[in-house]
Amino acid sequence: MRKLWDFPGGIHPPQHKSQSNSQPIRFAGLPQKLILPLQQHIGSPAETRVAVGTTVLKGECLAAAIGTLGVPVHAPTSGKIEAISRQPVPHPSGMVDWCITLIPDGLDTWCERRAMPDYAHHPRPEVLARIRDAGVVGLGGAGFPIHIKLQPPERDKVETLILNGAECEPYITADDVLMRERATEVVEGLNIMAWLLEPAHCVIAVEDNKPEAIAALRAAAEDTLIEIVVIPTKYPSGGEKQLIQIVTGLEVPHGGIPADIGTMCQNVGTAVAVYRAIHHGEPLISRITSITGHAVTTPGNVEAYLGTPVADLLRQAGLQTDRLDRLILGGPMMGYTLQSADVPVIKTTNCVIAAARGELPEPPPEQPCIRCGACSEACPMELLPQQLFWYAKAEEFEKAEHQNLFDCIECGACSYVCPSSIPLVQYYRFAKGEIRAHNAEQLKSDRARERFEARQARLERERGEKEARREERARTAAEAQAKKAEQSGNSDGPALDDRAAKTAAVQAALARKEQKAQQPLTAAQSPDETTEPDIASLEKQLSQAQDKLATMVAMLEEAQTSGADNADKLERAVAKNTERVKRAEEALSAARNEAIQPETTPPSG
Amino acid sequence: MTLRQQSSPHTRGARSTAHIMLWVIVATLPGLIVQTIFFGWGNLINVAWCIALAIGAEAAVLRLRQRPLKFYLSDNTAALTGLLLGLALPPFTPWWVSAVAVIAAIVMAKQLYGGLGSNPFNPAMVGYALVLISFPVAMTTNWAAPAGLFQGAPGFLETLGLIAAGKQTAIDAYTMATPLDVYKHDIGALVAEEVRQHPSFGTGVAKGWEWVNLGFLAGGLVLLYLKIITWHIPVSVLAALVVMSLAFGSNQDLYAPLSLHLLAGATILGAFFIATDPVSAATSHQGKLIYGAGIGLLLYVIRTWGSYPDAVAFAVLLMNFAVPFIDHYTPPRTYGHNKARRGIASKSAG
Ligand code: SF4
Ligand code: SF4
Repeated sequence: MRKLWDFPGGIHPPQHKSQSNSQPIRFAGLPQKLILPLQQHIGSPAETRVAVGTTVLKGECLAAAIGTLGVPVHAPTSGKIEAISRQPVPHPSGMVDWCITLIPDGLDTWCERRAMPDYAHHPRPEVLARIRDAGVVGLGGAGFPIHIKLQPPERDKVETLILNGAECEPYITADDVLMRERATEVVEGLNIMAWLLEPAHCVIAVEDNKPEAIAALRAAAEDTLIEIVVIPTKYPSGGEKQLIQIVTGLEVPHGGIPADIGTMCQNVGTAVAVYRAIHHGEPLISRITSITGHAVTTPGNVEAYLGTPVADLLRQAGLQTDRLDRLILGGPMMGYTLQSADVPVIKTTNCVIAAARGELPEPPPEQPCIRCGACSEACPMELLPQQLFWYAKAEEFEKAEHQNLFDCIECGACSYVCPSSIPLVQYYRFAKGEIRAHNAEQLKSDRARERFEARQARLERERGEKEARREERARTAAEAQAKKAEQSGNSDGPALDDRAAKTAAVQAALARKEQKAQQPLTAAQSPDETTEPDIASLEKQLSQAQDKLATMVAMLEEAQTSGADNADKLERAVAKNTERVKRAEEALSAARNEAIQPETTPPSG
Repeated sequence: MTLRQQSSPHTRGARSTAHIMLWVIVATLPGLIVQTIFFGWGNLINVAWCIALAIGAEAAVLRLRQRPLKFYLSDNTAALTGLLLGLALPPFTPWWVSAVAVIAAIVMAKQLYGGLGSNPFNPAMVGYALVLISFPVAMTTNWAAPAGLFQGAPGFLETLGLIAAGKQTAIDAYTMATPLDVYKHDIGALVAEEVRQHPSFGTGVAKGWEWVNLGFLAGGLVLLYLKIITWHIPVSVLAALVVMSLAFGSNQDLYAPLSLHLLAGATILGAFFIATDPVSAATSHQGKLIYGAGIGLLLYVIRTWGSYPDAVAFAVLLMNFAVPFIDHYTPPRTYGHNKARRGIASKSAG
């Protein structure tokens, strides 16, 4: 028996699991249309490879992976591409994003599948590439591309590979039923990962509230070196950091990754996806999702094609619209509310809770913090939530950061226990957002300043060079004159004198001008110069305009990457500001020339 | 169909601040009942008076501050402050002395600092310390003799009359100095054996007092069991008291013995119900241990070498002062960090 460790804090919320785990997995069937977001994972969105109107086969790649972190998107069934457009996607902000709409033809015809059951005879990179090409991402959490995770940095040797079957969130039972019904696939998938990583220990960790899953896994893992580890039920035991602590007693260092301490966590569903990709050549095109909550009459787990609208699944489960109070994607502790059911199931959709009124009641109004410490007792990260709250509320973000705000995993244990019903996690999200925004702003303005300064320096240099050239020309001319004078003798003396005087005057003017160019500000400040203050204010205007432009550009970039719908407006604003900067520049150079002009004109004599 | 939008988590535990306060109130009942049995109706009347006054004062200030009355009053915290004062004040404390204490506690120590959660000092103890300093006679001569409710203590109406009369000192026949007081004054001239002849001691540690303290201990254990308080503060208060007593006061002919320190006076009430007031206590476990130990230490020092026979209020208030400092140096070590990050926000700290 493996020695287990405890993690600090944690809570025991009511589980509500029997609602959904008493039925076998049901196949959700083909919906009328599938909506496939190009980004269902962490990393850059996939790039469309099909055109509207194309007929595709089941399993065909619709959008290709971009960048190292990218993964492709596949057709869950055969059919025709109806649209490539922006549609609502599952996201806390209810945003819209690029999606491929596929109308199934009902035939469900597979494309050619290339299985690799003899993976052990292939080079590892080839197997990893297969996994990536199958579009496999972490199915338990944020959807991190698995082929990346399976290639930890050279220096980090994974000693303990942990399959996470804890599923500690109330309501969710997708992994539970998966382990019950597909234990062999879980084990096979784990074998592939183990072959890739060669860990000393392979562990499948399951909370002790899933006896059936444990029995099934034990049977499937017989005669293997895989350890089935039964951990006590306590939220959030399924948090990556907590599970590693439970199984190994080690803590993932702040700012590090599990591989740094020789561990790695993978979700059990991910293992099955890896298994199907390698042994059957099937890309990730479906997943198991719990449809539960009191507002559906037949809660349970369905295997749904990616892209199936949540509304379809709810209808199948017997949604009672009149009872519905809120839709939660994910669990009640960390999930987020949906604005509508018209979003598709994606790779990370593990649960939809259709909560009836009163099922998950609205919290009572927030009361003052009584510093009772219940939150810090519950915090698995050993933070002081009450302190973080205080700083977040007072907008003393630096202090909050110092108190390790960014180590908060937003598990919600603190909010759960807070007797004063303070939405603590909400405050932390707010503070984190503000800090990130501030840092990004800082970075951008630093960059903008650097760019601006570089440009200034270049202009300065160019101007200097121009002056030098002009001076050079003047000097050559003067010399030529002098030579000429020498050559032509003294006969036309006065004329020459006149010319020489003129040249001298030009040179003197140039010298003065150069001096001024080098210290335009000092000159501008001297009160007897009437034209100069104009330059200073113009310069200020210019730099202001440039700053503004830089922020605008930054905002536009951000808006474009996050797909916010104000991008057009920002684009126009940027154009306008560019115009403004140009005008300011022109005005400034005009003013500068003017300021210099009267002196450059040699005293006519 | 409009769907409710809410930030996670979507569920919460059943506990509320009002419940917690109510439980603390309930947990004092064993002590209060024993107190009444041994020392008569005085404390019960004080408790009722102080609670009523505390709620009234809180309501008045809330109205002035234009806060919703029902929302804030229903948190039960004012009642708890009143209750603690009623338990701590001598049984025959004149009504107006109690009133000064309660008003100081609610208006000055709590509401003027911004209300619940913002008060750096334990409100009940501010009130208590204020009247102890201002009215030393009323606060030392009004302790009831441990006559027993059924044996000679004045009846309910008579007690009520005494308190309502508002005289600084009640009738001699009913009052008696506390054992801690007696020991402190007499041990200079007498040996332990002789001191203990005083009627306030009885046959046990300190007549009546030992049971009152055990009553509060029972309630305190309930709070521990319900996880309303953690063990850190009470254990460290008592441990520090024990260590100090063993280190300095082992000679009973010179100093009050340990048993008296533990079971006479307000020790247990202080350790379990007063020092554990979360608002004014230290935050982390380590901090709580230091905070509690400080209280235990000060309690012993003031009782032994100071001029007051009991010192829960002063010890707690002094340590309240130290809380920001303690918190500064005792943050917990966060997961994944090598060591705790001290201080507030110096970038160099690791
Ligand atoms: S649980 Fe709530 S009331 Fe208690 S200390 Fe934490 S934030 Fe404050
Ligand atoms: S949400 Fe953050 S602060 Fe709260 S318990 Fe979880 S980790 Fe701790």
